[in-house]
Amino acid sequence: MQTIERSAVEDFLFHEADLLDQWRLPEWLELFTDDATYEVPCTDLPPDALSDVNLFYIADDRFRLGERVKRLMKRTAHAEFPHSKTSRLIGNVRICESGEDGLRVSAKFQTYRTKDGTTDVYFGTANYRLRVNDGELRIRDKRCVLAGDGLRPSGRISIVL
Amino acid sequence: MHHHSDDPAILIDQGQKTFKVARKNFTDPEIFRAEKDRIFERCWLYLGHASELPKPGDFISRTVAGRSILLSRDSKGTLRALLNTCPHRGAQVCRERKGNAKSFQCFYHGWVFGADGKLRSQPGEESYAADFKERDSSNMQPVPRFEIYRDFCFVAFDKNIVPLVDYLAGAKEYLDIVCDQTDAGLSIISGTQEYSIRANWKLLTENSIDGYHALTTHASYFDYLMNTTDGLSGGMGGGYGYDLGNGHAVLEYAAPWGRPVAQWIPAWGEEGKREIERLHQSLTERHGRDRADRIALKNRNLFIFPNLVVNDIMALTVRTYFPLAPDYMLINAWALGPNSESAWARKFRLNNFLEFLGPGGFATPDDAEALEHCQRGFNNAKEAQWNDISKGMGKDRPSHNDELQMRAFWTRWNAMMFPEPVPNLKGVAA
Repeated sequence: MQTIERSAVEDFLFHEADLLDQWRLPEWLELFTDDATYEVPCTDLPPDALSDVNLFYIADDRFRLGERVKRLMKRTAHAEFPHSKTSRLIGNVRICESGEDGLRVSAKFQTYRTKDGTTDVYFGTANYRLRVNDGELRIRDKRCVLAGDGLRPSGRISIVL
Repeated sequence: MHHHSDDPAILIDQGQKTFKVARKNFTDPEIFRAEKDRIFERCWLYLGHASELPKPGDFISRTVAGRSILLSRDSKGTLRALLNTCPHRGAQVCRERKGNAKSFQCFYHGWVFGADGKLRSQPGEESYAADFKERDSSNMQPVPRFEIYRDFCFVAFDKNIVPLVDYLAGAKEYLDIVCDQTDAGLSIISGTQEYSIRANWKLLTENSIDGYHALTTHASYFDYLMNTTDGLSGGMGGGYGYDLGNGHAVLEYAAPWGRPVAQWIPAWGEEGKREIERLHQSLTERHGRDRADRIALKNRNLFIFPNLVVNDIMALTVRTYFPLAPDYMLINAWALGPNSESAWARKFRLNNFLEFLGPGGFATPDDAEALEHCQRGFNNAKEAQWNDISKGMGKDRPSHNDELQMRAFWTRWNAMMFPEPVPNLKGVAA
């Protein structure tokens, strides 16, 4: 397996953040493998908690993630209509593990969301499992571990983190 | 408080079949302050579920109506609700959210208390009176009233409040239906959804028992359901709303989603079908066919005045909320599940929960958006003064998507807030 440099992982995560900020969600979805998961645990759970036995905020398999994208592109996703403006900062990118199975990557995220004159901040650590398909990086798992106390004051996660 | 008889909080006209709620009830700081004294100081309030503290020494610290409360299970296994404040100088004794401890030590001067709140020791004991430790005033104080109904733990700050079971009135029967879905007991599943909505707390009360908004506010969720439950038509089945007394209310209806209690959907496959059949069979053996069908196939959105919602829908939820300001509330929500549940059913229960409920689900964010936009709309309250909740008022039996439930809430709210007779008001929900 070819060696993936951190700069390539950073470029990939910056690209992901940019697609989300531009609300190009169908394109963003293509970054994920067919068996991908996207999870946001509740903040009183350990960061490695399992969504089968614990209540999360979000625990999407690939099907529900696709449905989440479809929903967010509709006018009837009222919480995000009109779409909020978002700006994502990705930093402290680290390759934690690299092997035949792909990469384990951790990064810090800060996501700002503005709608109706109110700005919310989401922050924490995003843990990824990445795969390499035909030389291209793909997301197998993405777990956003929020570092705030619950979802206060941001209230809800109506965007994709 | 300024409250003029020509400026009522609610306005009922039985002849015209209208029930109107003043929008200032959601915005006025004086009403907000009065609610603290007249509602939250005088009602039973949900604190937690006994399953959250399975072992002696287990504890949870939680905020209820602004109070810091320590719920602990003492060495004999008895649950205690203590005011989380040191009798010495007032510091919060327990600063952890949850855990297991043999005793609690106030870090300020080192006083040590048992899980029952009794003072065990304090540095410099020789400087205190000989019987100091035997005095009640040296112990952490219990919450004035603490009672438990079927593992649901409630506190009240009014010593003279009626017993919990009397307070629950007709809501007791519905809590029983929820609890009777298993003979192994229910437990809170790990993971607390802690969120907030920038709106008045009463808007969430209304929303929690509002069957009318589902098809419009949650249109995108029903689209999703259509994609996951082939063969089931979208939309909510027939049902009714009930006034349960004391401000409590429920809507009970049939719905197209799968219920891990015992309503199967094709998306759950053959394995799911066998499991659901087994669950339904077991319910029938214990409760008879009619009650089993009601437990398994009917959905219930149960509201217990003033701020507890137990939804027995596609999952089983416990939700409580407290106002911090007229236009801001904090919400805590948990998932309940039967102790005997298989790994399969638990996974689908949580799946069901997340796809509809919670601040990352496909429905709750839209509810929050609606409530926040009501709150914004109330900025026009001086010129546009009234909300209308008259839907179904003329019917013998209002439907689950009528507004009887809200009238039950507001009637009780009004009676507690403004107990003196006010012209133009009749004290019953219609």
